[in-house]
Amino acid sequence: MSNYLNCKKGLFSWLFTRDHKRIALLYMITVFSFFIVGGFFALLIRLELFKVGETIVNSAFYNQLMTYHGAVMIFMVIIPGIPAFLGNFVLPLQIGAKDVAFPTVNLLSWYCLVIGAFVTLTSLFLGGVDTGWTFYTPYSIETGTAVIPVVLGAFIMGFSSILTGLNFIVTIHQLRAPGMSFFKMPLFVWSLYSTAIIQVLATPVLAITLLLLVAERVLKVGVFDPAMGGDPILFQHFFWFYSHPAVYIMILPAMGVISELICAFSRKRIFGYKALVFASLGIAVVSFFVWGHHMYVSGQSEWAGIVFSVLTMLVGVPTAVKIFNWIATMFRGSLKFDTPFLYALGFLFLFLIGGVTGYMLAVLPFDVHVHDTYFVVAHFHYVMVGGSIMGIMGGFYYWFPKMFGRLYNEGMGQLGFALIFIGFNVTFFPQFILGINGMPRRYADYKAPYEALNQISTVGSWLIALGFIVAFTFLLWAMFKGRKASANPWGAKTLEWQSSSPPPHENFLETPVVTKEAYE
Amino acid sequence: MKDNKNLAHHFNSYKDQIRAEKIGMWLFLATEILMFGGLFVGYTIYHAEYTKVFKVGAEFLNWKKGAINTVVLLFSSWTMVMSIYYAQKDQIKKCQMMLGTTLVCGFLFMFIKYLEYSHKFHEGIFPGIYFSYTGSAFVEDLPLYFSFYYLMTGLHASHVFIGMALIFWMLIKTYKKQINSSHYMPLEYVGLFWHLVDLIWIFLFPLLYLVE
Repeated sequence: MSNYLNCKKGLFSWLFTRDHKRIALLYMITVFSFFIVGGFFALLIRLELFKVGETIVNSAFYNQLMTYHGAVMIFMVIIPGIPAFLGNFVLPLQIGAKDVAFPTVNLLSWYCLVIGAFVTLTSLFLGGVDTGWTFYTPYSIETGTAVIPVVLGAFIMGFSSILTGLNFIVTIHQLRAPGMSFFKMPLFVWSLYSTAIIQVLATPVLAITLLLLVAERVLKVGVFDPAMGGDPILFQHFFWFYSHPAVYIMILPAMGVISELICAFSRKRIFGYKALVFASLGIAVVSFFVWGHHMYVSGQSEWAGIVFSVLTMLVGVPTAVKIFNWIATMFRGSLKFDTPFLYALGFLFLFLIGGVTGYMLAVLPFDVHVHDTYFVVAHFHYVMVGGSIMGIMGGFYYWFPKMFGRLYNEGMGQLGFALIFIGFNVTFFPQFILGINGMPRRYADYKAPYEALNQISTVGSWLIALGFIVAFTFLLWAMFKGRKASANPWGAKTLEWQSSSPPPHENFLETPVVTKEAYE
Repeated sequence: MKDNKNLAHHFNSYKDQIRAEKIGMWLFLATEILMFGGLFVGYTIYHAEYTKVFKVGAEFLNWKKGAINTVVLLFSSWTMVMSIYYAQKDQIKKCQMMLGTTLVCGFLFMFIKYLEYSHKFHEGIFPGIYFSYTGSAFVEDLPLYFSFYYLMTGLHASHVFIGMALIFWMLIKTYKKQINSSHYMPLEYVGLFWHLVDLIWIFLFPLLYLVE
């Protein structure tokens, strides 16, 4: 049967495709390639930290490693990871549309990502960059390394994010199937909608910040330079005005994936649909008012610190609403522990730790104590890996049969998950302790008492790597050789499963008409 | 409005498509406002901190030239609207004339901007470290004011330039007979962009030239 994978042939039919499903696969290839690159940097970082003293890389190179690890993972993996890869594939299917609203813009946004990534990585050949992914001034103005290509690359990749968000908002408003009112949309669509609002409203502020940084380096305009009357803290305000909402660009769509997974594998209707919708929107709104919690010790006023502290704690409310609703959905469901569901459970476990430690960090005195220590590193990874990456992997396994019309190997999927989950905790839990004990982040070396926990952490990183090797190897194999999948292997209720696996070129042979509530 | 060849395959009707395009365009304009918003916030902060310096800086600028440019852009917004009006009436000749006038206004704006910039450069008022003015009106932190002047008007001028390129493209479309009463939406979108560029200037002019 003709489907979107075999309806046209040849490399150019992929590179110039306007089909959202093919563009999603282009994103898949890009995102996972950069994930391997960023992961490789992470392994080198952990390897260097295995022993006290300089072992495999010098400290200048170490600074570059941690910068590239952060920049690659944030801008090239997690931000496009769920919206642009899974979202692109699933969103039109879930609302019964033939495509996104602007297919050409959709393709353009992939090219923005690729070109931006290319520009960023040219810096590798121009001496690298060592500012950390946050590009804090004044160091980013003064360092002799190749800041400009990295910053320009991030600027271009920002367009990719803006265009995807814009496209999704219009798609959700205008292309829903007949009968699908806003409150019949699947929760993944709602989470993409909330994400898209942040992408459209926050990313332009990053754009101007990065342009100012370039102007600062080229012309020394002085906006961030105290020598000329400027203020380096203003950079932090601008940067976090984007980058804190950006954290929710990373986590909100993962929460949407988790809603789908928990609902499908509990074989029950989702508990508290509307509460979950408003929690997503609530997180999106609050996310714009919490950026100052990155700057408790940067010299902002104490009152600002207190206000930001309270506002930050507010994020905990919608987040907790979500977690309780998910647990209530599972309650008395007939649970089926397939790989996607395991990732969803992994998400709940890890994100809970990440969320609670985030709450601790929102408390002013505690944050002052552990600021810029490994406690923050551990918290951040529990949220980003434990949240976003679990979401990407869970969603990928869940929609894999839809994407390729084939089933992955269940046993190997579970083995991969087990290795990743255990490895992750072995890697990052010790870092909480290291942080409490005062080990500062971003240093190439540490004092001897920290060595044992660092060694455990490094061993954990090998387990994670092994887990991903297992997962990716068998997924790759299943793409071409897996058993044929039926249209709806999970018995899920959302629209994408009504189409064949893989779906035809325009998604549905006949436009679906929606009469039921979501997940009914 | 009847369906036509401009209908993309995934929309049910041309009307739906236009509605989607309009939302998309307005969202894009919102991103533009937020991007400029960063500069406006920066301006506000430093204006509060260096009020006197900003007043001295504004006195360097020629408010007459700024005012002329304001009038030029406002007039060009009107011609832009008229070009859409004539396209809706299928009076393509007049539509082209109006688009042409808009383009000329764009050039006029850029020319006056060029005169202003070159006059500043002549006095040694360059952006950032290249600032070399040492005349009697110099005050400490004056370069910071001009950093904002160049950043804000520079980013704005780049948008004027992009707008002109888009208008030129629309002009070509009219010659290729791709714009008519049943398909004039591209003109509307370019028009929206052009009005935004105009609007931003209307804020820049008093903030930079007339500030007390």
